[in-house]
Order: sequence, then structure tokens, then C-alpha cells
Amino acid sequence: MEILSLLADGFAVSFQPLNLGLVIFGATVGLFIGAMPGLGSVNGVAILLPMTFLVPPTSAVIFLGAIYYGAMYGGAISSIMLGIPGASTAVATTFDGRPLAMQGKADQALVAAAIASFVGGTISVVLFTAFAPPLAEVALAFGPPEEFALMMLAFATFIGLGGDDIPKTFFSIFIGLVFSAVGLDIISGEPRLIFFDLPGFFHGINFLVLAIGVYGIGEMLWTIEVSRGNMSLSKANLSVSRIVAAIRRVIKGWKTMVMGSFLGYFVGILPAAGATPGSLMAYGVAKSISSSPETFGKGNVDGVLAPESANNAASTGSMLPMLTLGIPGSPTTAILLGGMVIWGLEPGPLLFVDHTEFVWGLIASLYVANFFALLINIAFIPAFISVLKLPFTILAPIIFVLCIVGGYVPTQDMHDVWLMLIFGIVGYLMRKLDYPLAPAVLAIVLGPIAEPAMRQSLIGAQGDLFIFFSRPISGSIMVVALFLLLLPLFKLLKGRLIRKEQ
Amino acid sequence: MRVAELYMALVMAVFSVYLMWKSAELPIGWIEDEGPGGGAFPFWLAFGMLVCCAFILFNWLRRSSLPAKSEDPFMDRDVLRVFLIVSLALATMIGLIHLVGVYVSLPLFMAFYMRYLGHHSWKLISSVVVSTPIITFLFFEVALTKTLPKGVTEPLFYPLFDLIY
Repeated sequence: MEILSLLADGFAVSFQPLNLGLVIFGATVGLFIGAMPGLGSVNGVAILLPMTFLVPPTSAVIFLGAIYYGAMYGGAISSIMLGIPGASTAVATTFDGRPLAMQGKADQALVAAAIASFVGGTISVVLFTAFAPPLAEVALAFGPPEEFALMMLAFATFIGLGGDDIPKTFFSIFIGLVFSAVGLDIISGEPRLIFFDLPGFFHGINFLVLAIGVYGIGEMLWTIEVSRGNMSLSKANLSVSRIVAAIRRVIKGWKTMVMGSFLGYFVGILPAAGATPGSLMAYGVAKSISSSPETFGKGNVDGVLAPESANNAASTGSMLPMLTLGIPGSPTTAILLGGMVIWGLEPGPLLFVDHTEFVWGLIASLYVANFFALLINIAFIPAFISVLKLPFTILAPIIFVLCIVGGYVPTQDMHDVWLMLIFGIVGYLMRKLDYPLAPAVLAIVLGPIAEPAMRQSLIGAQGDLFIFFSRPISGSIMVVALFLLLLPLFKLLKGRLIRKEQ
Repeated sequence: MRVAELYMALVMAVFSVYLMWKSAELPIGWIEDEGPGGGAFPFWLAFGMLVCCAFILFNWLRRSSLPAKSEDPFMDRDVLRVFLIVSLALATMIGLIHLVGVYVSLPLFMAFYMRYLGHHSWKLISSVVVSTPIITFLFFEVALTKTLPKGVTEPLFYPLFDLIY
């Protein structure tokens, strides 16, 4: 019960006028930053961090937490309306959110995303409050082999549950991982894969360059082909009765949302995993437990509910190792961690003892931010729908311009803009030949985590590959991953056997 | 479509070999007391790409994948025309950014696209062409303080920056 009174104190902190104002402002700003293709919660928190030195540390973290949450909601908006994930965490939302928008059900997808995010946020705050101390200990037992096993599981989900051409899915994962290796070798510090000795490759290939290339430029080329250059994107209309119907449909998917929230939260807690694999896994699980898995990818509302509830739950989950251990669970929490150190708050188990007001004020504010982000998001749905009503030949050049500017801003290097164009064109041509591209984008995000985890494990084990199986946690994750990898083979053999019997 | 599938697999196979060769510039084997060399991870992944290409080619021979048995053209004339126009326009725009900066290059691209492909009225075009760079400027340069490349037009912005900062 002590925890409940601490949480109540936390709510008192978050309802102080300054903090409440910052929460509402932060959620609104975050929503718009998240909705911009190419800008996500990391960019929002990083860019606005210096602004927060004007207010006390608790208020500052509350503001950044609100931006984080707002951006998580906003990421879904560009995934659904433009088919471009606003951030890597929203990649899985495009799989079904985009088809829904193309069918004129953009309002349904947006309502689903908003409510699922809210449910994910709510469940994860409850979980955080109940399980914070014991879970911190489990996460502490994670070493490089466990991290690598987790990455394997994320990739295996694509192979086992993706349903695309298997060699092409593997190809996509491999090429993404190779691109993630470009730049300086993290362990030896030597430059590698510097193509044609261009200096731009020294800072590596930013995930956003591939993501905006493939999902921005590639997607636009694809849409131009499908729409023959002119045609408005989709016919979305909005009315109270449609929103009520959408909410009814969302309530039917409560199981998916609860599953996504739990899965997302636990994946979010694991250091180095975070919201992106969490949302992709939730999508995979939702598809495999669904009674109609064939409708996934063609506009199933459950395909929006699962990743959106998971990524919001994961963003709360990733706060846990940051606050208790000082290990950031996601890039955004890494920046928050940097901020906390500047404000003189030492992360670690002692934070819960020495700065109770701060910890619980932050948790309560996340919850309040969650609520306001829902309200603001639903209030702006008509505005986002009206964007779709513009003729495509006006929307297309504006989106191209957004892609170019969004691709330039993170590194401020024209080299990345050229690379983005090449990725866009090649990605478009490959997509026409049924190469799945989402695995490549996932791989370039996870590569920088997977490679050092694998190499450190192997160094520790003197090159013995058995290390990944001999430790209990990593071993059980690896077994599940191997099962998923072999799943298509089983299906093939089963299909052959049935054919033989006939 | 069938021909395109073959070419793509072959091009990607060549690219895999290039990546393997490039990775091999760093040690790809096991270094005593240091673990796998810096090139090992990309080398074996590129090898994996090559194996995938072999499988794709094998499926092409058996005609078992969808694009491998499709007789439709990869791109018909209209699609090819629009694809070439848009990609060349994008490349030209990015090239022009080096010379004259985003605030000249982006409006030119948008005007070309809306007039040539969309056949919109000049009134509509000019409103979009004028408002987009202003919003971009306010959002990125003023609110987020991220400067965008301006090429030779850089000096024109000095009075504006004096005003803001």
C-alpha cells in the first residue's frame, strides 16, 4: 500500500499548475513532432532538452516525458495517413494502418491507434507501479548473450510469421545488417565498408536515411504508380456515428490490446530492446493468435491495436531500467538519462530512496500525459483527415520536400540525402519484385546492438557458439527463435505430405 | 517481370560479392584474445545475401515465386515515363541544393511537379510554393535551430538571422 500513497503523492506533483501546463504543452508538441515523417520521440526530446533548463528538474523531466508520449501517439498518424512511419517504433503500425486508410477507413485506424496507445500506457503504468522492484532485478541478469538472443527472436518473428518469400526476407534482413555495419567498427575502432572512400560513410548509415528512403521516397513512387500520378489518396469521411462505430470495433479488440500492452511492457524493460521490436513482436503475436490471420496486412484493426498498445507500453517499460539501473532501454531514455545527470539526479536504485517525489511525480505525469495525448489526438483527427482530401499531385511534392529536409536535418550532411534517394529508387524497384523491406529497416536499427552483443558473447566464451544456449534465459529465447526460423520449413513439409496423400 | 526478377537477383548477387570483398579489408577470421575480426560480421552476412540470391535464382528456374512466373511487363510505358520524370526531378532538385540551396531548389521542384504532372492553376501552385518554404524555415531554422543548406543564397539570409538571433 505504500506504493499507492507514493503514487498519490506523484499525482499531486503532476497536477501542480506548472507541471500540468508543461504536460499539455509537451504532449501537443510531441504529437506534431511524432507525426512528421523522419522526426520521432528521440529527435523531439533531443532538440527540446536545452529548453528545459529554465524549469526545476522534476518539471523538466515531466515535460520531456510528455513529449515522449505525444510523439508515440504522433508516430502512428504519419504511419496511417502517409504510409511513412513517423518513427521506427511505428513501423508495425503501417502494416495494417496504411491499408485501412487506403480503404477510406483512416478515421477507424486513427481512433484505434489512439485508444490502443492509451490502453498500453495505462496498463504499463499499473505494471510499473506493481512490479518495479522485482523486474529491475531480472533485467540486471541480462548479459550480451541474452541481448543477442533477443535480437535473433525479433528477426525470427519476421521469417516465421511474415508470410513473405523466405529467401527474400532473409536477404532483406542480411542487407539491413550489413548496412548497419558501415562506419567505424565499434570494437576495434577501424573504419570499414567505406564505399568509394566517401567521407559520408564514416558516420555510418543512419536508420532514418534507409527508413525515409524506403518508406518516404519509395512509398511515394509506388503510390504514384498505383494512382497513375493523379487521384486523391483515399476518401475518408468523418462523423460522430463513424467514430462511435470505430470505438465499438476497438473495444472488440481488447484482448489484442491487453496482449500488446503486456508484451510491449516486458520487451521495453529489457535494456537495448525497446519499443520497436516490442511493437513488431506484438504484431506477429496478434497475427498468429487471430482467428483470421490472412486479413492482416490488408487492413485488420487488430493489426493497428497490437503494435500501438505495445509501443506505448514499451516506452513506459524502458523508463524502468533507466530509473532503477541507469541503463537506458531506448535511445529516447538515453537522452533523458543524460538530462537527469546534468540536473544532478543520479540514476540507480538510490533514486527511489533519495528522490521519491521525482520518481513518482514522473510516473504519474506519464499517466497524465497519456490522457491528454489521447484527447489532443482525437481532437486533431479531422485535421489529419483533411490532409488526405488534398489532390495527390499537391500532396506528393510536399511529402518529397518533407522527406528531403527530414533526411538532411539529423546529420546535416547532403551525402545522406543522396543515399536516401538511391535507397528510395532501389527499394521501389525491389518492392515491385516482392522483396519485403520492413525487415531491412528493422535490421539496420538492431544491427548496432546485435553485433557488439554477439562479439562480446563470443569473446567471453572463447568462440564457443554454445554460449547462446547454455545460459537459461538466452537459451530459452534462442529455442523459441529457432522454432520460428524453422516454422516455414515445417509448413512446407506438411504441405508436401498432404499433397502426397491426395 | 520474369526478366526483371532475374536481373535484380543477379545485380544483388554481384553486390553481395562486392560487400564480401569490401568487408575482407578488415580481418574476417578469429583473432586470438580479441574475438572475431572487425570484418567478420558484415562478411558472413554478405555471404548470407549471396546464398539468398542463389535461392532466388533457383526459385526463378523452377518458376515458383510470383514475379518469376508473371508475364506482365515490369513497367509499362506510362509507369516508366512517370517514374523517370519523378526520379530525375528529385535528383535534379538534390543536385541544385548544392548550388542554390533549399529555398530555391525546393520551390522549383514543387512548381514543376504540380504544373507538369498535376496541371494545377498557377494561383494554387504559387500559394503552396510560397508557403511551404516559409513554414519549413520557421519550423526548422527558427524553432529547432537546425540550419538547412543555402548554397549561393546564403548571404540573403544574414539580415533575417540578425533579426531572429
